Amino acid sequence: MVKQRLKLLSPLNKKLVRDINHLRGQVFATALVVACGVASFVAMQATYDSLLLSRDTYYSLYRFADVFSSVKRAPDSIREDIRKIPGVSEVQTRVVSNVTIDLPDLPEPAQGRLVSVDRSSGSILNGLYVQRGRELTEGARDEVLISGAFAEANGLNPGDSLNVVINGRWRRLTIAGIALSPEYIYEIRPGSIFPDNRRFGILWMSRRSAAAAFDMENAFNDVSLTLAPGANEADVIEKLDDVLETYGGTGAIGRTDQYSHRFVSNELSELEVFGTFIPAIFLGVVAFLLHLILSRLVGIEREQIGLLKAFGYSNRTIGLHYLKLAVLAIVGGVIIGIALGAWLGSGMTALYADFFRFPILEFTVPFSVIVWAFAISFAAAAVGAVSSVRRAVTTRPAEAMRPEPPADFQAGFLERSGLNKMFSAEVRMIARNLARHPLKALLSIVGISLSVALLFIGFYFYDAINRLIEIQFNRVQLEDVEVTFNEPMPSETRYELLNLPGVNRVETYRAVPVKLRFGSHSRRAGLVGMEQGGRLRNIVDKNLRDVRIPNEGIVLSTTLAESLGAAEGDEVTVEVTEGSRPVAKVSVADTVEEAIGLGVYMDSDALHRLLKESDVVSGAYLEVDDKYAEELYETLKNTPAVAGVGRPQAALDSFNETVGQTIGTSTAFLIGFACVIAFGVVYNGARIALSERGRELASLRVLGFTRREIGVILLGEQAILTGWAAPVGWAIGFVLCFAITRAIDAEIIRLPLVISTATFVYSFLIVAFAALLSGLLVAWRLRNLDLIEVLKTRE
Amino acid sequence: MDAITDPARTTEKTGNPVAVLQARGLSKVYHMGEVDVHALREVDLDLFEGELAVLLGASGSGKSTLLNIIGGLDTPTSGTVTFRDHILTEADDVALTEYRRDHVGFVFQFYNLIPSLTALENVQLITEIAVDPMDPAEALKLVGLGDRLHHFPAQLSGGEQQRVAIARAVAKQPDVLLCDEPTGALDYKTGKIVLEVIERVNRELNTTTAVITHNEAISRMADRVIRIGSGRIVSIEANEEKASPGELSW
Repeated sequence: MVKQRLKLLSPLNKKLVRDINHLRGQVFATALVVACGVASFVAMQATYDSLLLSRDTYYSLYRFADVFSSVKRAPDSIREDIRKIPGVSEVQTRVVSNVTIDLPDLPEPAQGRLVSVDRSSGSILNGLYVQRGRELTEGARDEVLISGAFAEANGLNPGDSLNVVINGRWRRLTIAGIALSPEYIYEIRPGSIFPDNRRFGILWMSRRSAAAAFDMENAFNDVSLTLAPGANEADVIEKLDDVLETYGGTGAIGRTDQYSHRFVSNELSELEVFGTFIPAIFLGVVAFLLHLILSRLVGIEREQIGLLKAFGYSNRTIGLHYLKLAVLAIVGGVIIGIALGAWLGSGMTALYADFFRFPILEFTVPFSVIVWAFAISFAAAAVGAVSSVRRAVTTRPAEAMRPEPPADFQAGFLERSGLNKMFSAEVRMIARNLARHPLKALLSIVGISLSVALLFIGFYFYDAINRLIEIQFNRVQLEDVEVTFNEPMPSETRYELLNLPGVNRVETYRAVPVKLRFGSHSRRAGLVGMEQGGRLRNIVDKNLRDVRIPNEGIVLSTTLAESLGAAEGDEVTVEVTEGSRPVAKVSVADTVEEAIGLGVYMDSDALHRLLKESDVVSGAYLEVDDKYAEELYETLKNTPAVAGVGRPQAALDSFNETVGQTIGTSTAFLIGFACVIAFGVVYNGARIALSERGRELASLRVLGFTRREIGVILLGEQAILTGWAAPVGWAIGFVLCFAITRAIDAEIIRLPLVISTATFVYSFLIVAFAALLSGLLVAWRLRNLDLIEVLKTRE
Repeated sequence: MDAITDPARTTEKTGNPVAVLQARGLSKVYHMGEVDVHALREVDLDLFEGELAVLLGASGSGKSTLLNIIGGLDTPTSGTVTFRDHILTEADDVALTEYRRDHVGFVFQFYNLIPSLTALENVQLITEIAVDPMDPAEALKLVGLGDRLHHFPAQLSGGEQQRVAIARAVAKQPDVLLCDEPTGALDYKTGKIVLEVIERVNRELNTTTAVITHNEAISRMADRVIRIGSGRIVSIEANEEKASPGELSW
């Protein structure tokens, strides 16, 4: 078969096919790197495209709103006022409130967000997609739809019933169906960064029932609206805030600040960044490997090139011949990469589907992504081939047919400094071979170091997450349980809490939504008034330094301070956006670099003075005796004033289950990718060294060197390159980690830039191991060195 | 230089030559596709201590095959080779490597120096692994390159490179020095200088030396001339009167 096909080819193309066959080991190693690069490109780009398409289609079909605001209580009559704001297209008013859910197999109460659905109002924004079951029946009082992730995590099905505390009253609700909403693609408790679907879910109830339950007949406490084309979002928000102010509006936000949207967008942009720089690393390595292979090939085939030219083959034909070789060498890798990428991408998309709930999230590989995969791979091949092709083209026939002069070595730094006496002849051989082609050595180091860097980044995520967990769960949230109340409660509540079963210690806090202004900047945040001398909840900076709450003034998280442009000592304006809406100027007493969220803290007494209120509390942190925990939860479930119960341990467990696994999977892939790069670079480097110095090594064998000794000489060079790749890889990895921490939305999470010793060690050890294996694979070929041939022939 | 006054040759002259290497019934058959090529047929050969033997034969006569086998680079299809009391034909690769390392010095037609090492270092590379080597600089002085110790191969002429190769081969004080067409890549004048060096090493160090060549003229400097043709030893003659390399011409 092959023979027949070869007959159809021109002699030069036959040579091409045979050259590739001859170089198959190196071509294979390079194709593997190509395949990984293309796979990462296809997987991430196609996943990005699929997610983006799903999101945008979802948003437009289910009419995701553009501006959102909550309000204490506003009469339905102002709906028309809102609609008349220039730039507003459609308005939806709802009743939204937090509820407590009692799940039979969960000791502590879960938290629900109850959202009203008004199908009679005509225009429905933030529409629901009913996944299973049916829509709400008009007029049915005790029916709800529940959100998909929550239903899945708790094994809830249509027809099941659910015990819920609504506005202080127990209600037994029937689940009509399981629904999804563009508002809650990422189904997460406000203020959290990782989902906890067992303990948080969305409940949709008919407007009439919700209004009745919350005393909101002919009124609403939540508004969302869409913008007319060309409308200015900021103007609309300002006017909306004006309209809602008298009714207790807490300040409107645009889509970019909408909680779920913000996460989805952040993920998309991370995907875009990773989908660009990881393939770029691989294709850079591919270009380098092809450069190595082709330079060597053109060197070996020097005389053949001269001969071909002497017989009248044009420069163009010969240049094209080597270019074709480069492209042919990788084409298999591209095809495998596309297939692998499609498989990986569908896996990634399935993983995303666990976090992001879309009605339809279909993974497809767009044709354009395939075209791009070929285009960037061929571009990398061309870059790798360019210098060899140029050399083949510029070779003059007469010159080329003479054998190449012996390799020119000259005394260098080592000799002049006299340091060379300290080293054995073998070490000097290795050092001089490296020094003779410093650029090649440098590129090899960079190539291998990229695999070190990839691993470094992978392991860094573990370090960062571990540090976050350590900060959050061992230093910040030391309470066993956090209780939040529906309404501010009198301070005596602390004693009632202390009397609950198992409660050993109670620390209360006061929290209010605020708008901070400094100069022309303003930001929304939650201001927390903390007890002096509390020890259940701490404010800790990124270096685990405890920050004390001053008696006067506020402590700002660094991210918030930066976005306001405020620094320690500056006076910022604090506008409270609930209750009597006091406004005051408060000085920034301290800034603290927190890992999560946008914290603003002050002394609770100072906050009470600012609010001109008595000693009331919004919630409390409890230290609980484990033995009585169940009893306590049972009591809390039955306490109407309690809006939510948080348990740090539960959050940590849920985190480990979901995010921990995801990071594990991606780290496994990074390890695989890094090994492929290390293998590709070291294997090719060693094969070329063997080709260049095979004769030299065979001579040494004849002179009595053992196979192991010449193996050391052959691989010593690669070992030194790999050794150098460690510090370079660490440095590149560190810079990339830094870039990643900067690229991640700081208002969601600030990954601490901490690197453990294990990250340094493993990122190198794994690469060194891959390098050793590929080196041994090449050293195995030393068995076949022809000792007799070397006596006969001249290279 | 008294120490190097040919005790071996004396023994030879007393009629009791000591054979360093003995080959008996050596045959080598290469299978080239469907054809069997008989490179050696039933060859018996002795190399005596301290002698300078020239193996003379045309290209394809089997002389290189013979040298490769007695040098421990190749194994015969049948027959035995004995080095002192070691039977080389029974040795494995490790033992053959050791044999080459400790007892044999090779000089190749194309020098085969390591381009990344200077003349001195090329010699040191071998003396480092040798049991009882001479001083590398001494070895280079012996071949007349005492002033070019720190030159790299690319900075040396062909003849100079070949002399470095000889220095490298003799520096370990081998029992046998095997030279495969040592002048093959050199011009007449340079070739003669290289032969002078080989003759000097043989004479002064008393190293048993075998020189392979197709050049009839070189045979005049040998103690014995072994003619090979079609895989057989055609004749063995002792030179009554050895010529010095300077007297040779071709």
